[in-house]
Amino acid sequence: MTEQVFTNCTNAGPVSVYVKDGKVTRIRPLVADEKDFRPWTIEAGGKKYSPPKKFAVAPYVHAERRRLYSDERIRYPMKRVDFDPRGERNPRNRGKSPYVRISWDEALDIVAGEMKRVKDTYGGSAISGMTSSHHNWGIVGYKMGPFARFMNMFEFTPVLDNPDSWEGWHWGATHTYGFFWRLGMPEQYDLLEDSLKNTEMIVFWSNDPDSTRGTYTGQDSALWRQWLREKGVKTVFIDPYHNYTAGLMEGKWIAPRIGTDTAMAMAIAHVWITEDTYNKDYIQNRTIGFDTFKKYVLGEEDGQPKTPEWAEKESGIKARVIRSLAREWAAKRTVLSGGARGGEGGACRQAYATEWARMMVLLQAMQGLGAPGRSIWGTTMGAPSDTECWFPAYADLQGRIATTGAARHLPINTTKQRLWRLTLPEAVLSPPVSWYGEGFCGQSLEQQFKHFEYPMKGYSEIKMFYRYGGSFMGTLSDTSKWVRMYQSPKLEFVVNQDIWYNSETRMADIILPACTNFEREDVGEWGACGGYTVHASSGCNYRIIVREQKCIEPLWESKSDYEIFSLIADRLGLKETFTDGKTELEWVKTFFDISDLPKYISWEEFNKKGYCIINIKDDYKATPSLRWFHDGRPCDTPDLNNPKRKSDKANELGTYSGKIEFVSESLKKHFPDDEERPLSPRYIPSWEGHRSELFTKYPLQLLSPHPRFSFHCHYDKHTDWLDDIPVHRIKKDGYAWWPARIHTDDAAARGIRNGDIVRLYNDRASVLCIAVVTERVRPGIIHSYASSAKYDPLIPGNADAIDKGGCVNMLTPSRMVSKNAPGMTPNSCLIEIEKWEG
Amino acid sequence: MARVSILIDVNKCNGCYNCFLACRDEYYGNDYPSYSAAQPLNGQFWMQMKEIERGVYPRPKLSYIPVPCQHCQSAPCMDAAQDGAVYRRKDGIVMIDPEKAKGQRDIVNACPYRAIFWNEEKEIAQKCTLCAHRLDEGEKMPRCVECCPTGAMVFGYLDDSDSEISKLSAAAAKEDFHPEFKTAPLVQYVGIPKRFAAGEVVFRDKQGECAQGVKVVLEGEGGKRETRTDSFGDFEFEGLEKNKNYKITVEQAGYVSRSFDISTRTDINLGEIVLEPK
Repeated sequence: MTEQVFTNCTNAGPVSVYVKDGKVTRIRPLVADEKDFRPWTIEAGGKKYSPPKKFAVAPYVHAERRRLYSDERIRYPMKRVDFDPRGERNPRNRGKSPYVRISWDEALDIVAGEMKRVKDTYGGSAISGMTSSHHNWGIVGYKMGPFARFMNMFEFTPVLDNPDSWEGWHWGATHTYGFFWRLGMPEQYDLLEDSLKNTEMIVFWSNDPDSTRGTYTGQDSALWRQWLREKGVKTVFIDPYHNYTAGLMEGKWIAPRIGTDTAMAMAIAHVWITEDTYNKDYIQNRTIGFDTFKKYVLGEEDGQPKTPEWAEKESGIKARVIRSLAREWAAKRTVLSGGARGGEGGACRQAYATEWARMMVLLQAMQGLGAPGRSIWGTTMGAPSDTECWFPAYADLQGRIATTGAARHLPINTTKQRLWRLTLPEAVLSPPVSWYGEGFCGQSLEQQFKHFEYPMKGYSEIKMFYRYGGSFMGTLSDTSKWVRMYQSPKLEFVVNQDIWYNSETRMADIILPACTNFEREDVGEWGACGGYTVHASSGCNYRIIVREQKCIEPLWESKSDYEIFSLIADRLGLKETFTDGKTELEWVKTFFDISDLPKYISWEEFNKKGYCIINIKDDYKATPSLRWFHDGRPCDTPDLNNPKRKSDKANELGTYSGKIEFVSESLKKHFPDDEERPLSPRYIPSWEGHRSELFTKYPLQLLSPHPRFSFHCHYDKHTDWLDDIPVHRIKKDGYAWWPARIHTDDAAARGIRNGDIVRLYNDRASVLCIAVVTERVRPGIIHSYASSAKYDPLIPGNADAIDKGGCVNMLTPSRMVSKNAPGMTPNSCLIEIEKWEG
Repeated sequence: MARVSILIDVNKCNGCYNCFLACRDEYYGNDYPSYSAAQPLNGQFWMQMKEIERGVYPRPKLSYIPVPCQHCQSAPCMDAAQDGAVYRRKDGIVMIDPEKAKGQRDIVNACPYRAIFWNEEKEIAQKCTLCAHRLDEGEKMPRCVECCPTGAMVFGYLDDSDSEISKLSAAAAKEDFHPEFKTAPLVQYVGIPKRFAAGEVVFRDKQGECAQGVKVVLEGEGGKRETRTDSFGDFEFEGLEKNKNYKITVEQAGYVSRSFDISTRTDINLGEIVLEPK
């Protein structure tokens, strides 16, 4: 049989899939017709910058074939051997007992039967469930669509997501400059052009864009940073780890103690105030509350001026270095690159991270945020990009089969009860739990002040948990509590539906095998998430919408998530309610029809050719982010969800005052007495840092940022080709270990040598890793990425057992950013490390 | 027929391993009869990444050197092979015949770059073919080059003076990786890391300020170089020859000069150099 070529899209780039005899032989960055590309050109400094006609996908995309045929695929429906829905369920054996293969009929009967039983007995709110993020791509099959549509039919209790990758920006920066509709990160329009033309220096603060790659946009922006470097733009990297972008761009590396970035930021403000090198015009006309902030910085409030010498004592960074950085920042047109897409750094995921994120905004405000060359720019979005052609994305309500207006019928969930992802185990094990904040608070600032309590009056506690995907052991905080939750008899039934065996899969009673987006029909735009990051595909050099063609039949006995839900629904007489009478391909066509794509290409051609590139128009006009605010003009960027845009307040930000707030009006109204997130930012030493009591027992700080060679947990464990990349895992004695990076001096003091197996431990957990002895980490800090997908306890089913797989998140605290800011804090984590003798 | 080559700019390589993974995807489990047998799951790195960490905290440096078969014009593997199991195509690509190479472990051991691998199961020597099977089908470049996000690898025809690689080669200070092997590789490099010497200058009487603009002179084998400290008081001499002796002198009017004898057996960080006022 001859080779067939299909198109598809991953979470980090479009691909061509080569199939021979029903088997995928190769997966390549999408091979498009050269004539379809019309590259943009930016002129700056007498040079023309234009991208090549190709798609620079993320590394792991090249390993998709291996992931597709992974030994870790769930091949058949499985039942825990000692689970009997009509008899003894043995919930305490979750995680311990083995599984037996069962037929789809038996599996579906059990799952449908349990859903009916639980709903009939306790009400729909007794069913809960949740998805993991981004394990596949395509809006028809994406987690937001089929899962929510299915669960809504049962009126389940949803679990609210915490904004895990950008906590401080969400809970802090929003109260400083708005942008709640972007969950705290600023718009990024045309900042590549602005930076190439105007910027003289970039301060990367807790940001490693070469590793986090703008979340979904692969490596297209790597070239932009190369241009900036070749142009001679100076770079500074503030990060306890000499990260990969720093290694490539060779800027100045400044490595503060974890938890002290805010002190450094205060000292920079101190230099600007005392040396009179800030933009007073801007402060007067574009901000409020500066005098209060100034008093704190100068020490008029607490008797402690926030000088570089004071910050040196906290951060371990020489006062002269802080002073020099501040002076150069003021003298040069400087981009602050912290936040704005892509795993927004360790500094925003720790105790009082709100204060750091607010300071990032305020520092740039003092230098005229929005002026040419002076932006907050992650360097991973903001290429010239068409914003007129609308195509739905997964975070758009219109882009989900659960909520799109294109559906004939939408199941509505009237259950008001909610759970909070970070405290789900506590909610099951020791209710009640309460918190402030409605998950991703993208509709209003007020959502952050909404109080929730579980269980909610009038609703049941949850009795059944439907998990779709899942590797929280390696991504959330203090995660051994998830094992305890799963083993609770209060959860009468647990089902896990996934493509691969993940850390939570073997905690279920029934396991259902789903298939990848190479085995079903779908459609999706590269890099586009829509919703809270509208126009995210400006991180790609070309917008490309891909018809994700079914390349092969689902492997083994796997089925698409959509089909699994259809079959369960069918058993309960709800098939039509779930499917809306459509196949997956018909949903693809429906989304095509409601989009702007028919103006560019016919359905027949799109379906056959497999992609459509949306080039910028010839009369493209750049509208750099926040230039309008700087200039005092109405917003001219296409930031669709900005509620003041096109109104009579269009020249305002999304704060209460419409200005940048050194003293927050929204916090003043709702939490006027909060000492942990005060009205004006403060440096507050971490409750688990170098000044805490625990430091004498556990003197090392763990830094666990987003990983470089996997996407959260995805691609790790299921894609063993990556185990040959030593930054990702290192093979020793037949096992692929997770690296923990330790400074030469710290290693020597503990008799640890490069390549030793080491135990990272504290009172919460013990995790085995392989030591990488390096000069690239600040002494006193252990760097080990979050997101191991391999939870491998030495005693299976024992929550206290040592993990061999590298889930360092087990070591991290449950405590939140602050009492009213319920974000996770993995980078406020003290540990000790020792050589593991086995 | 023109000779093919890859020009690899180490300064542009971000260590993303796209090249390594794309190579795996092309060859793992895929036989290309007469060109190459399938790559096994473990132990073969036809495109190998060398991570080079240099210097010490707080002034480390990081580089990656992608190393495929160098397609040597004087190839030791060809000399070691029996029965013409290793041969050179007209375009310069050094090929291992997957049939004839059976049992010839000497081919692996002959390569000073360790770019040839032994397939235990099939008992053959294997390595990079520059995707010869694809070039012959009309593809413009090997998979590794195709997916490089930063243009760190350029593929092309050396003897065509209009090709991008010829133009870049003419302009760049290109070099062999390990010239001491004397195998005349077709694969060429720019920016292979050498040694560097760094330090930070501090004035004893002004420790709260960085000492910017201080003159620093390096003298030794290969002549004299001069630089000034930057806004952080840092200086650096990059690209020094390995295993040489140099003298670094720090001079500033009003301060006592200081000199250091260094040897580039390793990279040097002199750390804080405190200048005393006269």
